[in-house]
Amino acid sequence: MKPIFPALALGILFFLSSCSSHLVRVKPYERGNLANPLMSPERDSLLLAMTNHAYFSREASFGGRGVGGGGCGCN
Amino acid sequence: MKHIITIITAACLGLTMASAADVAVGSTMPNISSLLPGAALPKTAGKVVLVDFWASWCAPCKASFPAMARLQAKYASKGLVIIGIGVDDEADKYQAFAAKNKANFPLVHDSSHKAADFFNPPTMPTSYLIDRSGKIRYIHKGFKESKTEAEYTKEIEALLAQ
Repeated sequence: MKPIFPALALGILFFLSSCSSHLVRVKPYERGNLANPLMSPERDSLLLAMTNHAYFSREASFGGRGVGGGGCGCN
Repeated sequence: MKHIITIITAACLGLTMASAADVAVGSTMPNISSLLPGAALPKTAGKVVLVDFWASWCAPCKASFPAMARLQAKYASKGLVIIGIGVDDEADKYQAFAAKNKANFPLVHDSSHKAADFFNPPTMPTSYLIDRSGKIRYIHKGFKESKTEAEYTKEIEALLAQ
């Protein structure tokens, strides 16, 4: 059983070291695709406003949207 | 077993952290023409050089162009050279931005990211101000409108006087 450990350790080392060259962070100058407006989760302003209104009306007690109101949906 | 785990952890950490050192204040300016082969670059020997990394998708970069145009108009005759290095992946976006934001200083396209990989700018835009002896003296991360422009002016005037 014992001789397996060094082999396993070496195996893990090689496996992880090959990962490290691929798992790099996206550098600031490579963020062109991330900066594309299509990548924004809030690109439909009308849908966002409607969703926020429905959320605020139902969950007014949660607060946090920066608007006053009592949950009547009349804002 | 404990030793093995320690060795593996140390090796993995070492591999993760083994990255090229960033260009820092005080380091010598590399030969830009070797990083941007084929680009038409102005002569920089004995001049104060402002190397600016920008991209078409970066809003502060767009805001920085009029400020740099003012610096170029004011200090070019006194020995300032501004080089704008565009890092867009797509050449048409680079060209569209360059055509829209007409710059009075030279713009070059770092399509292969060779220069960007070397300088490793920590944010967009990042600019490097180099003195007449070729040493990097100031690094500006980001562009904060009049605050950054005032800093540029102060630093450029000091470097031109040297």
